Amino acid sequence: MSMINYASREINCKLVYYGPGLGGKTTNLEHVYRKVAPSTRGKLISLATETERTLFFDFLPVDLGTIRGFKTRFHLYTVPGQVYYNASRKLILKGVDGVVFVADSQIDRMEANQESMQNLYDNMAEYGYDLTKMPFVIQYNKRDLPTAAPIAELQQLLNPGWEVAEADRQRLSPDPYHAGEYLTSQLATGEWIERATHFEAVAVTGDGVFDTLKAISKLVLKTLS
Amino acid sequence: MVIGATSWSLTPGDEDALRRGMERLLQECSAHSALLVDRGGQLLVQAGERPSFDPTTFATLTAADFSANDQLARLLGASDFSSLFHQGERESMLLSDVAQRAILVVLFDARTTLGLVRLRLRPAVEELSGIVAAMTARDAVRGASRPAILAGAEDEIDRLFQ
Ligand SMILES: Nc1nc2c(ncn2[C@@H]2O[C@H](COP(=O)(O)OP(=O)(O)OP(=O)(O)O)[C@@H](O)[C@H]2O)c(=O)[nH]1
Ligand SMILES: [Mg+2]
Repeated sequence: MSMINYASREINCKLVYYGPGLGGKTTNLEHVYRKVAPSTRGKLISLATETERTLFFDFLPVDLGTIRGFKTRFHLYTVPGQVYYNASRKLILKGVDGVVFVADSQIDRMEANQESMQNLYDNMAEYGYDLTKMPFVIQYNKRDLPTAAPIAELQQLLNPGWEVAEADRQRLSPDPYHAGEYLTSQLATGEWIERATHFEAVAVTGDGVFDTLKAISKLVLKTLS
Repeated sequence: MVIGATSWSLTPGDEDALRRGMERLLQECSAHSALLVDRGGQLLVQAGERPSFDPTTFATLTAADFSANDQLARLLGASDFSSLFHQGERESMLLSDVAQRAILVVLFDARTTLGLVRLRLRPAVEELSGIVAAMTARDAVRGASRPAILAGAEDEIDRLFQ
């Protein structure tokens, strides 16, 4: 839950990077940590196993600038992607303001991606949060690998869209990040659907990492406007 | 279903009231530092001696620690888990639930005892719970009408991310 501190003039928001094990969530945070000025970020905390798999979470606080005299502080968390860590994964979602789903583009990870996406919906619903009405972006990571599936296929499997029932929201809305594509659109059947915006990334080199972070942060701040 | 986690706010008035309660507690039990952290891991107020560690990191770990222990207690069948104690070589800390919205952390050393801290903690937590509950109620009412603090700032938000 975003916390607006009028005393210190800060807006604090919580972003969670979700997705299957080894998808590159921790790598995203490590890249942000390396690239932003030390004065605008705190320590990177990793609660991990001895083999560097996330056990509980990674945490990185970053300041993204000032709006209306308020410092915007984002708390970035990753969850452990491995299936059996669901109890701790769910704890991290508490109070989340925006979600980044880091998918592993490799074809043989498709089942793991889908399982993790379903698990995200389920865990959010248990807190009473509706993911389809919250800031949510999808990152297709590991685009550098030869075994990466085409984006269209990934979109179809992981981001098919959810139904838009409200009449006032049933209108074409262009995807600001992909010219010629739409976030809300009408299917041939007449049904209106909305999708999350998506980014391609190679987290190990940092490609797409900041595009993703900026997009989700912007969506979160816009919920306060 | 609600859209997502609601936002809440801390005003200078809230901060004063909370800090006063925390400072009184520190005096009464001779502990040296107290922090109030929200359940989401954000630091709300710090009172007493400034701790030597990074407070942001500390707040995050506290919230995670507390919620993990909360779940553990539930597995064991305890329904109202409300405090947690960690004993260090020189410093100890006592964590306590505040209105299920925040966690009060009291840091103390050999200048006092766990017994005394626990004794004084109870009324202090009650007082802080009252303040936090009022903050929550206020924001719940306001949240309904969505008084956006960044209303009309869309352009500014866009510029921030250019
Ligand atoms: N080739 C390639 N490898 C990547 C990329 N991003 C991450 N990796 C590698 O994938 C492995 C797993 O990355 P992590 O960031 O630890 O994955 P995670 O999602 O945090 O995994 P869990 O903590 O188990 O949930 C590491 O060896 C990374 O170096 C990428 O874009 N391309
Ligand atoms: Mg990880």
